[in-house]
Amino acid sequence: MQLQYFLILAAALFCIGIFGLITSRNAVRVLMSVELMLNAVNLNLMAFSNYMDGQSIKGQVFTVFVISIAAAEAAVGLAIVLAIYRNRDTVDMEQFNLLKW
Amino acid sequence: MNLAEGVQIVSFGVLALMMIGAALGVVLLPNIVYSAFLLGGTFISVAGLYLLLNADFVATAQVLIYVGAVNVLILFAIMLVNKQEDFAPIPRAWIRKSATAIVCIGLFALLSTMVLVTPWSISTAVPAGDEAIVRIGQHFFTDFLLPFELASVLLLMALIGAVILARREYLPDELATSAQAPVLTLPERPRELVSAGSRDRIPPPKS
Repeated sequence: MQLQYFLILAAALFCIGIFGLITSRNAVRVLMSVELMLNAVNLNLMAFSNYMDGQSIKGQVFTVFVISIAAAEAAVGLAIVLAIYRNRDTVDMEQFNLLKW
Repeated sequence: MNLAEGVQIVSFGVLALMMIGAALGVVLLPNIVYSAFLLGGTFISVAGLYLLLNADFVATAQVLIYVGAVNVLILFAIMLVNKQEDFAPIPRAWIRKSATAIVCIGLFALLSTMVLVTPWSISTAVPAGDEAIVRIGQHFFTDFLLPFELASVLLLMALIGAVILARREYLPDELATSAQAPVLTLPERPRELVSAGSRDRIPPPKS
């Protein structure tokens, strides 16, 4: 088992998350893609923590922080999606142009 | 290669295949309910990878928080926003998708060459293993004390903000007067469905 395997896996997950973030049109799916990207970053942190910092595991501490921030982000993001759905009666990302111009 | 390394490599391969497949399903499947359940599969695979990285506490936290809280929250959001709508097709949508795919594949190639070329200074110290939770607790209450407390304040702010953003607005005077309102309907302020910018909506494609 090497460090590079985990880093390449995290890079693949991050790229899949970026693809979903840009191309999906349902607002809930965009939030799911953001969660995928956060998980990729967490996997990077955990791999570095295990292979480079085995004794004082600061990467795991950062991962716990990122997990808590991600939970808060998911709650607020889904509340925003719900409010926009009540207001505009759609979840299509192409029609959310309230802040565009 | 002894038995333990073989088991590690086989389980890593299985977990990696599960994770990549579930993530592709999250992004590519047309039905969003399947996407939400596959997102739970991705989270569980990532928790298994954490177990391979000698981090049992974080793997448990991942299963509890992501699968137990975030995924259920997303499923509830899908149920609340349950509208079967066919999105209006955008002209030349394939250009956007293919350009995004090219950019993502290029980014992946860049990142993997960077990972493979860089000489990593692998530490030879033995990993913490079962003492990880003790070390995490020591970090939380000594040198990461301020971020730890700030995280709790941020969770409280997110809780209150989510409640305020997602609640409906009731009219208390109508609640007092309309005692014989029909059952199972909630008095609600009439919402302004047409808001600013509605004239900019994408017109349906002329066929």
